[in-house]
Amino acid sequence: MQELIERAKALLADGTVSRVLGWRATDTPFGPEPAFFESGEELNEFVYNCFCGANLSKYLIESSALEGKTLAFLKPCDTYSFNQLCKEHRIDRGKTYIIGVGCKGKITVERLHELGIKGILDVEDAGDTLTVKTLYGEKSCPYSDAMLERCHACKGKEHRVADEVIGESADTTDTDRFAKVTELEQMTSKERYAFFQAELSKCIRCNACRNVCPVCNCRKCVFDGNAFDSVQKANATEFEEKMFHIIRAFHVAGRCTDCGECSRVCPQGIPLHLLNRKLIKDMDAFYGEYQAGEDTSTVSPLTAYTEHDIEPEAGKGGNE
Amino acid sequence: MSIDDRDFRPVIAAFCCNWCSYAGADLAGSSRMKYPAEVKIIRVPCSCRVNPMFILRTFEKGADGVILCGCHPGDCHYSTGNYYTRRRMASLISLMEFVGLERGRVRVEWVSAAEGAKFAETMNEFVEHIRALGKNTRLEDLRCKN
Ligand code: SF4
Ligand code: SF4
Ligand code: SF4
Repeated sequence: MQELIERAKALLADGTVSRVLGWRATDTPFGPEPAFFESGEELNEFVYNCFCGANLSKYLIESSALEGKTLAFLKPCDTYSFNQLCKEHRIDRGKTYIIGVGCKGKITVERLHELGIKGILDVEDAGDTLTVKTLYGEKSCPYSDAMLERCHACKGKEHRVADEVIGESADTTDTDRFAKVTELEQMTSKERYAFFQAELSKCIRCNACRNVCPVCNCRKCVFDGNAFDSVQKANATEFEEKMFHIIRAFHVAGRCTDCGECSRVCPQGIPLHLLNRKLIKDMDAFYGEYQAGEDTSTVSPLTAYTEHDIEPEAGKGGNE
Repeated sequence: MSIDDRDFRPVIAAFCCNWCSYAGADLAGSSRMKYPAEVKIIRVPCSCRVNPMFILRTFEKGADGVILCGCHPGDCHYSTGNYYTRRRMASLISLMEFVGLERGRVRVEWVSAAEGAKFAETMNEFVEHIRALGKNTRLEDLRCKN
C-alpha cells in the first residue's frame, strides 16, 4: 500500500497526473470507498486492502471531462470494464494513467457475517488466514471463505491494460462461473420460477446494481423516465420485479464484463450475476466465445450478425 | 378440461413489420383465411423496432402471449434489421425462460408478404398453444386488470 501511495505522490508532484482515483478509509475497517485525491496530503487517507472490491473504472467517465490526466488504480477484473468503456467511447484513454494493482481476491463483510463473525473491530490479513478482532474476542477464518463470489470465478490476474503494474497477485479461481446457471437450467421451469420469485422479491429497487455497474452508464436511463411506472420506488408487483431485472440484465448483454459489482453491492444479496451469466453463456454458445472488455476492438455479439445465425426458438432457457 | 379453461380467451399481441408480415396478415384477410380474433396486431416499421421493453410492457398490460413477425432474414426492407432482431430475441427469449416464463409464450416467426396462409396457420397454432398454457400469471402486473 505504501508503495502505491509513494508512486501516486510522485506522479502528482511531477505533473504527470492531476488527480488520483483510489480508495479512502472510512470509519469502518471493512468499508473503504472510492475517492479522488488531489494532493499528496490527501493521499495519506488512501488505502488498498482486502476490502477494496469496488471497481473504479466507472468514475473515469466523469474525470475524462476534466482537465489533465487521472491516475487510477485498477485490479485485473477492473481493467476489463475500463477497456469496455474505452471501446464505447465513454473514457478517454489519453486522459488516464493506469496502475494495475495486484489482487489476491477481495473479501466482503457480508461473508464474514454469514460465517458468524460479528461486531468487527479490525481485520488482519495474514496470507491464507484472516484474523478478525471483534467485540467478542478474536476470530479467524480461511481467507478464501470470506471472498466475494466473483473472486472464486476470477477471469485471471492479467491486467488487460496498464501503464505499469505494482504488487503481486495470487490465483483465486476455484469454481466454474457457469455452474449455477447450468444447475438452474436443469430445473423445471416451475422450479426456476419459484427460485427467481424468491430471490427477486427481495429487491427494494434501490438501483444500486444499476448505479454501480460500469456499463450501465446511459445519460438517461429507462428506469428514470416518467413514462415508466416503477421509477425509483419499490417494486409494487411481481411483474415489476421481473421487468426491472430482465431489462437491466438485457441492457448490458454483450457488454457486461462479469465484473461482479452488481451482486457485490446488492443490499439484499440477490445473485444478479446469474442473469448476466445466463446471457453470457448463451451468447458464447450461439455465436462463439466472447469476453467483453478483453480488448478495445472486438465487436459485441449483439451488435453483429451473420446470415446463418441460430433462430430465436423456445427451449434455450432451460428445461420445461 | 374445466369450464374455466374452455372459456379462456387469451389476449395475444402480434408485432408485425410493415413490409412483410403486416402485408401477410392483409393477404390472409383478403383471401378470407381464418385466424382467431384474440390476435391483436401491432404494426411496427421493422421487427428490429421491437425493443425488449415492448414485449415486457405488453405482458404488463395483460397479454398472455406475444408473437413477433418480420420479413425472412435476408429480405428485410432495411437490409439488416431482422438479423439484429434474430440475435436480440434469441437472447431475450432464453433469458425469459430462464427466469421461469413458460416455454413458447414469446415467439418469433418470419412471414413474408406473400405468405398469407403461413400467417393464418401460425396464428391459429400460437393461439392454441397459449390456450393450452393458460393465463399468464408468471409475468403480469396485477394493477392493470381494471
Ligand atoms: S475478480 Fe479476480 S481480480 Fe477481481 S477482485 Fe476478485 S480476485 Fe481480484
Ligand atoms: S441492488 Fe439489489 S435491491 Fe437494489 S435494485 Fe438492485 S437488485 Fe434490487
Ligand atoms: S452487470 Fe454486473 S457484472 Fe456485468 S458489468 Fe455490470 S456490474 Fe459488472
